[in-house]
Amino acid sequence: MEQVIMNQLSYPILTTVIFLPVLGALLILISRRSWELWIKWVALITSISTLILALPLFTEFDKTTYKMQFVEKHSWIPEWNINYYLGVDGISILLVLLSALTAILCVMISWYSIKTKVKEFYISILLTTAAMIGVFCSLDFFLFYIFWEAMLIPMFLIIGVWGGPNRIYAAIKFFLYTLVGSVLMLVGIIVLYLYSGRTFDILELMTKSYPYSMQLWLFWAFFAAFAVKVPMWPVHTWLPDAHTEAPTAGSVILAAILIKMGAYGFLRFSLPLFPEASKAMTPVMLILSVIAIIYGAVICLGQTDLKRLIAYSSVSHMGFVTLGIFALNSQGVEGGILQMVNHGVVTGALFLSVGIVYDRTHSRQIADYGGLSTHMPIYAAFFMVFTLASVGFPGTNGFIGEFLVLLGGFTANKLIGVLAATGVILGAAYMLWLYQRVFFMAVNPKVVGLPDMDIRETLTLVPLIVLVFWIGVYPNSFLSFMHASVEHLLERVNMAGSLQEANIAKTIMEGVIR
Amino acid sequence: MVPLSWYMLLSLAVFTIGVFGFLTRRNIILMFMSIELMLNAVNINLIAISHYMQDLRGQILALFIIAVAAAEAAIGLAIVIALFRNKATAHVDEVQELKG
Amino acid sequence: MKLYVLIPFLPLAAFIINILLGKEVLRNKAHWPSCLAIIGSFIISVITLFDVINGRVINEDLYTWIISGKFQVSIGFLVDQLTAVMLIVVTCVGSLIHIYSIGYMHGDKGYYRFFAYMSLFVFFMLMLVMANNFLLLYVGWEGVGLCSYFLIGFWYEKRAAADAGKKAFIVNRFGDFGFALGIFMIFLTFGTIHYAPVFSEVKNFVGHTVNFLGFEVDLITLIALLLFCGAVGKSAQIPLHVWLPDAMEGPTPVSALIHAATMVTAGVFMVARCNAIFSLSPDAMIVVAIVGAITSLLAATIACVQNDIKRIIAYSTLSHLGMMFIACGVGAYAAGVFHLYTHAFFKALLFLAAGSVIHAVVHNDIQRMGGLKKYMPITYAVMFIGALSAGGIPGLAGFFSKDEIIWSAFASHSEVGKFVWIMLTAVAFFTPFYSFRMIFLTFHGKFRGTHHEEHHLHESPNVMTIPLMILAAGAIAAGWAGIPSVLGGGAHFAHFLEPVVGHPEFHGTHAQEFGVMGLSTTIALIGLVIAFVFYIRKTDIPVMLARKFKFFYVVLFNKYFVDELYNLIIIKPTFWIARKFLVGFTDAKIIEGIVNGVPKAIGVFSNKLRRVHTGIVHHYGIFMAAGAFFIILYVLLWR
Repeated sequence: MEQVIMNQLSYPILTTVIFLPVLGALLILISRRSWELWIKWVALITSISTLILALPLFTEFDKTTYKMQFVEKHSWIPEWNINYYLGVDGISILLVLLSALTAILCVMISWYSIKTKVKEFYISILLTTAAMIGVFCSLDFFLFYIFWEAMLIPMFLIIGVWGGPNRIYAAIKFFLYTLVGSVLMLVGIIVLYLYSGRTFDILELMTKSYPYSMQLWLFWAFFAAFAVKVPMWPVHTWLPDAHTEAPTAGSVILAAILIKMGAYGFLRFSLPLFPEASKAMTPVMLILSVIAIIYGAVICLGQTDLKRLIAYSSVSHMGFVTLGIFALNSQGVEGGILQMVNHGVVTGALFLSVGIVYDRTHSRQIADYGGLSTHMPIYAAFFMVFTLASVGFPGTNGFIGEFLVLLGGFTANKLIGVLAATGVILGAAYMLWLYQRVFFMAVNPKVVGLPDMDIRETLTLVPLIVLVFWIGVYPNSFLSFMHASVEHLLERVNMAGSLQEANIAKTIMEGVIR
Repeated sequence: MVPLSWYMLLSLAVFTIGVFGFLTRRNIILMFMSIELMLNAVNINLIAISHYMQDLRGQILALFIIAVAAAEAAIGLAIVIALFRNKATAHVDEVQELKG
Repeated sequence: MKLYVLIPFLPLAAFIINILLGKEVLRNKAHWPSCLAIIGSFIISVITLFDVINGRVINEDLYTWIISGKFQVSIGFLVDQLTAVMLIVVTCVGSLIHIYSIGYMHGDKGYYRFFAYMSLFVFFMLMLVMANNFLLLYVGWEGVGLCSYFLIGFWYEKRAAADAGKKAFIVNRFGDFGFALGIFMIFLTFGTIHYAPVFSEVKNFVGHTVNFLGFEVDLITLIALLLFCGAVGKSAQIPLHVWLPDAMEGPTPVSALIHAATMVTAGVFMVARCNAIFSLSPDAMIVVAIVGAITSLLAATIACVQNDIKRIIAYSTLSHLGMMFIACGVGAYAAGVFHLYTHAFFKALLFLAAGSVIHAVVHNDIQRMGGLKKYMPITYAVMFIGALSAGGIPGLAGFFSKDEIIWSAFASHSEVGKFVWIMLTAVAFFTPFYSFRMIFLTFHGKFRGTHHEEHHLHESPNVMTIPLMILAAGAIAAGWAGIPSVLGGGAHFAHFLEPVVGHPEFHGTHAQEFGVMGLSTTIALIGLVIAFVFYIRKTDIPVMLARKFKFFYVVLFNKYFVDELYNLIIIKPTFWIARKFLVGFTDAKIIEGIVNGVPKAIGVFSNKLRRVHTGIVHHYGIFMAAGAFFIILYVLLWR
């Protein structure tokens, strides 16, 4: 095994990180329904210990190599050559850590706002976390697909049970949208399995090359799954509904982690498995990304609902991510990955913030707010920081990500870069306008006397503030994780691109000779 | 020695009667009896062929079918009684609970 | 000991202290950290200035900020002659404005917030001038914009203030959009965005063209113009000037510091900093000069009819910024920076004096003032000095710098130079006219406000008047650093900056120089005299003129209707698209139509299909029998 680096730690770190939340969920499952405080503490302690146990990933990671690290491999269903195969590299590691962090924040923010079926709620949160981390760690397609789908069920329940008035519609829409895409990916996985001589091993599949036409079909099959998750234009309409109707914790998980899976999928699977097809489809993907950026931003200007606006802003921001990924240069891809983390931090924080104020007023309408700065100054300050990060203000994380993505996009295609940069103007317009309507101007009688954030709420947001400035001021502590992996990935894609050109030339030559 | 075809003809006749009865009768008890006829037609066939091929497996299968038929009859009749209690009828046209 | 590093970070520390402790602990002592920090920065800046004068130019990286592939950028500082001048301007004027604010903002409920933002602003402004690469410049660039947003919207409960802040930020983003693209182009061309390698290599790219959005354009011109976009936004030049007048909604010290002395001049600083790029592109230089000239003249004309005391000064600022760009556009960067430096003094002075007036009368309308001379003698005196300096009356700071620009424009001997020279001479008439119109309407004549207001009139406290007097001294003497050789001076300022911005090749005799100087001075004096006649002697003339030339008056009074135009062609259509087209049509009808339509179609189909299930047992029986029959048939016939 020289292709990967096995886990050197004293405990199987990835397995622990994935299954500790499951253990917590089981513990809650056997608890009495009336022990609500116990249940909450179990969920909190489980999620915190998950993050603590995941920290060695951050400190022990070898940044000099693109190889998979902390690898665990056990035979699972030998008849079908299915393995329990986990590992992380520079692309996935930050997302694993972000997932673990998000779980804690979700538990904390739901402490008082979830009042019904408390037990089931925390079980769902913990199971979703486990599945999400599993998705980012799996190196076996079979295992990956199980985690990928497993995450849908608790998420479906979170939206459908604890959501707003229109929750059933939103939950079913979310479920069907993602399922349709996933099923096409499943077909793609099976095709790969059969073609490659029956292996689900992702790393092994990456070493093979596939005929161009097959790559194209598979690219679009995987695209269906990933584009829905991202969500790319025009398959984004599940997102506003799901975000809006979901409870705060649900929106946070959706925004911070779930929609990253699509972009992650492009990086982990589409690019290395189908390099020629990816390269050929780059113009399409860039155009879709730019449409998402501008469309998502302009549509934000027409929103009257706080959560809906932030949901649409996610469409715009994820457009930056896909733009960066398909710019296919190191600035773009690294910017894209960093922007995934940033978007998780910032949009997660914005949803948490909206949740904080929603718990007080039970209204999501922007018109029901105004002058909030006067009554909740600390809250206003926090929200301002996240707003700035969202519009890509220098010194915050959003700037680094957006700048690198735009630089990459501009390098790839000037027109694309210019168009995408207009998204930055629009971003400032809708976020500041939102901020003005909620926090500035005359005090709305409906917000008079609202208490400012308490310790629990402040503690929920503080880690995210720290990340906002940390990434903004010293992004290298995060970018350095990616360099080796991204270089390797780009090498593969760009080499394939030239190969493909050679192939086309060869085909043409043969045609001429005949 | 009775040739195999006679048994099969008998089986065919019994089966046809069963099918005909099942399709024409409206009384649920009679329909049940028709199903039993069809099952028995199969049994005849199985035993005859088993004997003809000198293979005991056919007879074992027949015994299985008899056992299953008994069980099925018991459950079926229980359903009929439950149905009769609710609807006060044994006429199947009046029961359309599965209408789509 | 890297003492100079403290220059920006002292104000940052003050910001952090104020934002964390200001509300609960410091309260009305919140000015202490901010004032001490900026005075500290000023002292270090002076030390640094002497270092630079002694030839110690600093250019070093603190740490590597971003690495991604070939892209590398550091947090690093460049302190050369240009930066040293800017440091002095920012920290000196900044200190005085901070001290003035103690009096002006006294008792405001956002006292700590005000000083926190001011310190943050100073931090970003210092980062902007000290950066040694374009990205760090951009950080400061956006940062000062953000602080400007906070401070314009400082009284955020007022809708106009909140709107103005947002407008400033978004309009600036339009400029920054171009600026960012410029940085991208620089990276694509040079592979780095640090100043030193870019400026030294730029001459190798003369004549290169690049395909930009389908057009073959000259590479250096493209980069220069994209960068200039940023300057147009930040320095409020046409067509992105609309935010600056509205920005007057902020507290007056903010207008003085941000919208007169420092932030808005960042565009000029940037162009001067990038002179290596601009000088190599004649086309870009022409654009810079013409944009500056048009802004200068239009703003000066608008200023003549406004009634809001702060807006008059704001338009005056636009006009002066235009002049600085003219200087850059004709290659006289030193003259531009010189004007930037003197302008910082006299314009901050004018704003703060206006603030002192507003402090007394509690509104901005000069038509409802008058006769304040006897109530506020110090304010009157210093504002008079400021207006003389701004109007370019000989001997004062504004005269030397303005004259330098006019002479440069004339002496550059190009078509554009002649054109902007004519424009500038026209501006030279308007500047003293509107300045003294303001003075005469405010301080002379009889008080036109209510009796209650008159009762309230008083001179401002010492904490406000002393900074005013210091600034007045600056407005008189600051220009003496750059007295041109023709007047017997040494033009020290231009020589000091020469290592950075070079020396323009101008040809002109001393006689010509005296002629140009004499002409513009005469015109300026005429402007002053006309203002005197109009607003002190024959006060009915302006009213009559306004009635007679109603069309011009209305156009000028409404600022050429630019705001209305933007509202009509940009803002309204965007919102229409957002609300009606995207939300109401594409998302709701098309995409959701398909998304909800497919399940609906399946529903309709299955609704038809379910009829097959009749619930009658016999139908099922018949289907079963028929099915069995066909299967048997198939097996018998085809197998």
